Amino acid sequence: MLDQNTSGQTLLKVENLTTQFEIQAKSFFKKPTMLTAVNDVSFELKEGRTLGIVGESGCGKSTLGRSILQLIRAQEGRVVWQGKNLLDLTPEQIRLARRDMQIIFQDPIASLDPRMTVGDIIAEPLTVFEPKLSRAERTERVREIMEAVGLVPEMINRYPHEFSGGQAQRIGIARAVITRPKLIVCDEPVSALDVSIQGQVITLLRKLRKEFGLTLIFISHDLSVVRLISDDVLVLYLGRIVEAGDCATVFSAPAHPYTQALFSAAPIPDPKLARQRSRIRLQGDPPSPMNPPPGCPFQPRCWKATDICRTKMPPTELVRPGQSAACYHMDRPPET
Amino acid sequence: MILNPAKRELLAAELLEAEGLSPEGRSLTKDAMRRLCRNKAAVVSIVVLALLILAAVVGPYFIPHNYEDPDWAAFRAPPSWEDGHYFGTDPNGRDLLARVLYGTRVSLAVAFVATLVSVVIGVLYGAISGYFGGRLDSIMMRFVDIMYALPYILFVILLMVIFGRNVYLLFAAIGALEWLTMARIVRGQTLSLKHREFVEAARASGQKPLKIITKHIIPNLVGPVVIFAALTVPEIIATESFLSYLGFGVQEPLTSLGTLIAEGTDAMESMPWLLAFPAVFLVSLLLSLLFIGDGLRDAFDPKDR
Repeated sequence: MLDQNTSGQTLLKVENLTTQFEIQAKSFFKKPTMLTAVNDVSFELKEGRTLGIVGESGCGKSTLGRSILQLIRAQEGRVVWQGKNLLDLTPEQIRLARRDMQIIFQDPIASLDPRMTVGDIIAEPLTVFEPKLSRAERTERVREIMEAVGLVPEMINRYPHEFSGGQAQRIGIARAVITRPKLIVCDEPVSALDVSIQGQVITLLRKLRKEFGLTLIFISHDLSVVRLISDDVLVLYLGRIVEAGDCATVFSAPAHPYTQALFSAAPIPDPKLARQRSRIRLQGDPPSPMNPPPGCPFQPRCWKATDICRTKMPPTELVRPGQSAACYHMDRPPET
Repeated sequence: MILNPAKRELLAAELLEAEGLSPEGRSLTKDAMRRLCRNKAAVVSIVVLALLILAAVVGPYFIPHNYEDPDWAAFRAPPSWEDGHYFGTDPNGRDLLARVLYGTRVSLAVAFVATLVSVVIGVLYGAISGYFGGRLDSIMMRFVDIMYALPYILFVILLMVIFGRNVYLLFAAIGALEWLTMARIVRGQTLSLKHREFVEAARASGQKPLKIITKHIIPNLVGPVVIFAALTVPEIIATESFLSYLGFGVQEPLTSLGTLIAEGTDAMESMPWLLAFPAVFLVSLLLSLLFIGDGLRDAFDPKDR
């Protein structure tokens, strides 16, 4: 679906992925209600590319990221990784596959064990996947990686609560890259940091991406950050992909009304430009994923909605090369 | 935010220390110990407990009398400096000081054995039950509920019959009954810990489930476990005293604080020293342990003081 025109090996292929959660049944005899967090998501990710996943809170961004890594087991679909469908693997096989796929978390401090020293935290994946390393070799690797992510190696014996958010996120990044993985899911890695630190962490991720040849899935609600780091972008609404494509195309000419609304809500750091543009204001909140509306999930808030939107889910169609959207009334490029 | 001056000074001191950039980090446990040392009641209690333990362990070697041999020259002797019976003697002419020290030793040893057993079983059981969750958790916790429902004393009497000859084995067995509450506390803590991001991070790092329990869950349980253990010790001492009072505990000529108090109450009117001295030892032991437990709770959990 994405970037048909770019070459490169496919690293990850997600097909019709659906993740549901059981919500506690109100009474013992009632069937539990299901919450569909990720609904029929398909995409392909080429090696070395960075995929941005955007959407508002609760749209299933993080669940999608965790479902890909099998931290949350999906109910349906396939996640094809290195020729194997991860959903078919046993827990032990998945555990071994984790060497090549890592995650960076949103809350940098909470993702570090408060009772472990920084050195032990960063070394943990090494102790799992390279248990034959001697203590000295392991320390050497940890110091190397600490330097690579911009931490002072002398801090190796300190504890997480002695670090600032930005430093803690660097520790999280160091832990994620120490086994030289192929894919890293960055789950809102900068949302908990203040803006100047955000820039530093993004720069660091870009540097590491180049150095280690990483493929990233970058989850964020901050469009400017996604634009800065991604090659491709997915727009999620209520667990569904509403628009996908390469970053430049989608950002310059969003086709789906939701994407247009989302982009128009993003602040522009230039007051003159900001005053000139027209702002699309959406009414209401996103519907509950426990009780999704019929047809298109965006239909209750959409100003273009017609009868067909309320009855049938629009199919995903190609807008132009490198961009696709799921909408009956999307902005298509003028016919030539 | 308003800080009282003492707290502000403390903060300043901490900041200054941070400026020093010592290469060794301050672990949470070290932090807790520092807070504990600032708690006067806890520090006094630690000193008292240390003195009691010291007296119980080495004391008997420094007094002229033995805990089991009667002094034929002094039956029912009140405390006196002259004949070396500082705490007096009992109706059999045995030196009460020697017996109290020995009894303290037995009470403490028994309490530590039982607490150790209950902590080991309780922590492992609770952590496994809480971490794996689901059906395993239900089965394991229903078993705990059933154990709770069975009468404690009945069990103890059964164990008495089995282990009656060896008091330490008996209390190891009592420890194996005491772990129920510990398991519940640990399970609850584990349930909240396992959803924390650092546990998910460990899973994402490919760590094995059992390793996650031993490396991430259990170390983060130190606070509640230490506190509960510190409160279990006095509980077992009291249980032991109670059982000995009923005649189920330690057998003659071996003694414990509970046995001594039981004997002392019988002769309370004619020989008050037989009750007073062991009671003072028991009360100071229990109080110091309780204060230490309290201090530990405040030290590990500075938020809810």
